[in-house]
Amino acid sequence: MCLAIPGKVVSLEPTSDETNRPGKVSFGGILREVNFCFLPEANVGDYVLIHVGVALSKIDEKEAMETLKYLREMGELDELDPEEENSGE
Amino acid sequence: MKYLSEFRDAALVKTLLRNINKTVTGQWNIMEVCGGQTHGLVRHGILDMLPDKIRMIHGPGCPVCVTPVSLIDKAIELCLEHNVILCSYGDMLRVPGTEMSLQKARAAGGNVRILYSPLEAVDIAKKNPDRQVVFFAVGFETTAPANALSVMQASNLKLTNYSILSAHVMVPPAMEAIMGDKETQVHGFLAAGHVCTVMGLSEYEPLVKRWKMPVVVTGFEPVDLLEGIWLVISQLEKGEYQLQNQYKRVVSNQGNRQAVELVKKVFEYRNRDWRGIGEIPLSGLFLREEFREYDAAMKFKDIKVPEAVETECLSGDIMKGKIKPPECPHFGNKCTPEHPLGAPMVSSEGACAAYYQYKMQS
Repeated sequence: MCLAIPGKVVSLEPTSDETNRPGKVSFGGILREVNFCFLPEANVGDYVLIHVGVALSKIDEKEAMETLKYLREMGELDELDPEEENSGE
Repeated sequence: MKYLSEFRDAALVKTLLRNINKTVTGQWNIMEVCGGQTHGLVRHGILDMLPDKIRMIHGPGCPVCVTPVSLIDKAIELCLEHNVILCSYGDMLRVPGTEMSLQKARAAGGNVRILYSPLEAVDIAKKNPDRQVVFFAVGFETTAPANALSVMQASNLKLTNYSILSAHVMVPPAMEAIMGDKETQVHGFLAAGHVCTVMGLSEYEPLVKRWKMPVVVTGFEPVDLLEGIWLVISQLEKGEYQLQNQYKRVVSNQGNRQAVELVKKVFEYRNRDWRGIGEIPLSGLFLREEFREYDAAMKFKDIKVPEAVETECLSGDIMKGKIKPPECPHFGNKCTPEHPLGAPMVSSEGACAAYYQYKMQS
């Protein structure tokens, strides 16, 4: 139940009240209505994390890229190491 | 899908496994708190890829599993005997109460509705002014903002027929209880990424310092889980203990302040009984006095529930990491998803469900 999933903001409607800021999010093409009242900074096109109908956080693309870059570099370094035993396969 | 498939990349998984194997020398027990992470570890075969020196212990992070039987019995009683429209997440449906589950209550004529969000329950209340609508608010910190929001919406709409049956639990007090249990030997934690999305990191600093153990806030995909494990054992091998954030793309240090503010406005912390584990101090969220008209426990407080009976389910031992699901004598024979003895076999975050679903089939 605590699993939240990333989706892309497709549209945002003007705020009607402080507990309701409706928008639409696409999860791999499937559209769902989402409440953005906890994430007023979200914009159309952003990737956001959604849990039980509310947007909880913006996905930080820079952080995601940095993690992936770091891990890829770690993999490249491993390949340069001739002593490396190939474990875990 | 973006931000999912990259973190399932086989080459990165291999790199991380190589580095874990290179780093580990000691025997380490690591607990993943969240049931979603347990499912990730089992489903992606990660448990079988890890070196024998690393033992993953599955924690109590399945909110459905720790919900007291008396609350399930109350929900059943409400919809069967008091004409209430009982709304719940699908996870709760098959969890056995004392006499039956919500699924059986529905078959017996109870108005049980499975919803994706508590905000849908507010809509149902709006459309059914002559019926009481109760949302079974089960969950950890991740789910609390949406439930608090449903109460605020109902309050703004001046609805008198909406209330929540709160079974909310909090992660840090549970970690504290696990560390205080002498029979459980945990050397480091993977903290639940989505809980921290809401709450931020600050609650975990005191735990790290007091118990001198690494805590790494971790995501849910294979690359996340393996990186979290690698960061924990890197610290353990060096004799360090720090709070680290593996899941920076989603979790910020401060969490979601707006969400936390609303949760604190609507709820307060009190002691909570965890099914199979017992009472944990200040581990539950209860509606504040000023929102008591939205508190189903108060609104329907005179409703009697059956006396709880002893169960054969060993969920407490499972959730404290004392035994693994296949070590339970009932696993797979007396207890199956069709005929569960307890919640961990039927919740989407239950450890027994994960082992049954992904390991029994292979």
